[in-house]
Amino acid sequence: MRRTIRFTVNGDPVEVEVQPHWPLLRVLRDELELTGAKMGCGEGECGACTVLVDGKPINSCIYPALEAEGKQVLTIEGLVSPDNELHPIQQAFLEKAGVQCGFCTPGMIMSAKALLDMNPNPTEDEVRHALAGNFCRCTGYVQIVESVRHAAELLSKNTKRTGTGE
Amino acid sequence: MRTFEYLKPASLKEALELLGRHGEKAKLVAGGTDLMVQWKKKIISPEYVISLRNVPELSFVTYESDLKIGSATTHRSLELSPVIREHFPILLDAVSNLGSVQVRNSATIGGNICNAAPSADTAPPLLALDAVVHMAGPQGERAVPIAEFFKGPSRTVLASGEIVTHFSIARPSPNTGMAYWKHTRRKAMDLPILGVAVLLSFGPDGKTCTKARIGLGVAAPTPMRARKAEAFLEGKAIDRAVLDEAGKTAAAEASPRTTIRGSQWYREEMIRVLVRRTGMICMERAKGAAQG
Repeated sequence: MRRTIRFTVNGDPVEVEVQPHWPLLRVLRDELELTGAKMGCGEGECGACTVLVDGKPINSCIYPALEAEGKQVLTIEGLVSPDNELHPIQQAFLEKAGVQCGFCTPGMIMSAKALLDMNPNPTEDEVRHALAGNFCRCTGYVQIVESVRHAAELLSKNTKRTGTGE
Repeated sequence: MRTFEYLKPASLKEALELLGRHGEKAKLVAGGTDLMVQWKKKIISPEYVISLRNVPELSFVTYESDLKIGSATTHRSLELSPVIREHFPILLDAVSNLGSVQVRNSATIGGNICNAAPSADTAPPLLALDAVVHMAGPQGERAVPIAEFFKGPSRTVLASGEIVTHFSIARPSPNTGMAYWKHTRRKAMDLPILGVAVLLSFGPDGKTCTKARIGLGVAAPTPMRARKAEAFLEGKAIDRAVLDEAGKTAAAEASPRTTIRGSQWYREEMIRVLVRRTGMICMERAKGAAQG
C-alpha cells in the first residue's frame, strides 16, 4: 500500500514512502524528523501543525501527505537563514515575548509568515483574523499580536536596508 | 491496518470513472477538513478516497453573463477573489469567517454544500442568491436549484456516481443589497448558532422591494428559505418595522431545535432580530451600490 512521493521541504527535495492515510504532519515529524510543527488536536482546530504548502498555511494534521506530491512545503525549520540567523518573525517573537510555553509558536509564526508575505503592514484586526486558527492555551495573545506587528517593522527595515523588496 | 486507497484523478472524466467503478466503497474528498476528521474518528471507513483537489475543471470563479463557482474552489480563494469582494458581499461574509485561514485554504464550497450540514455557512447565501447546483454523472449533466438540493441532515439529491461540478448565480439587478449574518459566540473557528442571509432588490425609487430572498441556516433540518417572509417583503416599502415583521414571519416558518449551541426559543427570537438586522445591512449596501 505504501507509495513513494517527492516534494520539497524547506528548499530540499525529499523522497518518502507514505501510507495513503498519513497526514503530512506525520511525514514531517516521524519520517523527516522535522518536529517543529506540533500535533495538537489532530482535527484542524488548533493550528499547532500549521505549515505552508506552496506559500499557503494549512493544517498539516489533516492534509493528506499524498497531496504534497510536487509541492513546496515550508516548516518553521526552514525560516532560519543558512548562517543560522533567526528569521525576523522569530526575532520579533523573542523581543516581544510572544512565546510562553512555546507549543503554539511554530504554528503562529508560520501563519504570521503567510500573512506578512501577502500584507507587509497589517492592522491589529488583520493580524487577529489571520491568526484566528492558531490557539495559544497560555492565552498570550496580546504579545503574539504585538510580535507579528513588530515583525512587520523588522521586515520593512530589512527590505529598506537590503533593497530586495518589491 | 486501517487505511484506504487514495486516488488522484486529474480530470472530471477520470473522477467520474473512478467513482463509477468503486461505487459505495468510495468517498469523494475535496479539502478533507470534514472527511479526514470523520475518518480519524472512525465515523466513516471508505476503501477508496477520490480526491478532487487536482481536477482543474472544478476549481474556478468566472463572472460573465452569470457567476460560476467550481465546486472544488476553496473558501480562501473565494475570500480573495476580486469578483466576490466587489459584487457578492453576501458570499464574502460567509467565506471570510468560516473556520480559519488554514481551514479555508483546504475546505471547498462544494464540500460545504455536499456535506449538507444544517450549519453550512455557504448554504444561506447560495439560497438567497437563487444559486443553481450543477452535477455530472453516469447519465450526463443535470442542474437543480439549491433550494431543492438538500434532503435532510447530511442528505442531498446527489445520486450514486454523481459529482457536483459548479454553482451558477444570475447577476443581481442594480439596487440590490445582500448580506449574511453568522451568529456565533466567537468570531472564528465556530459553527453558527444561526446563519441568516438576506437579499433585497429595490425599484427605481430605492424603497420599494422588488425581490426579497431569505436563507436560513441551523433553523431547520436543512438550510431553508423563508418564503412567507420573502413574499411579505416584496412590493412593500422597506423600513425597520417591516423588516421586524418579516423576521417574525421567518421565525414562525422555521423549525429550529434545541442543541448545545442554542435553544429553540432563543433561535426563534434571534431569527426575528437577525432578519431585521441583516435586512438593514442590505438597505445600506443597496444605497452604497447605487452610489458606487
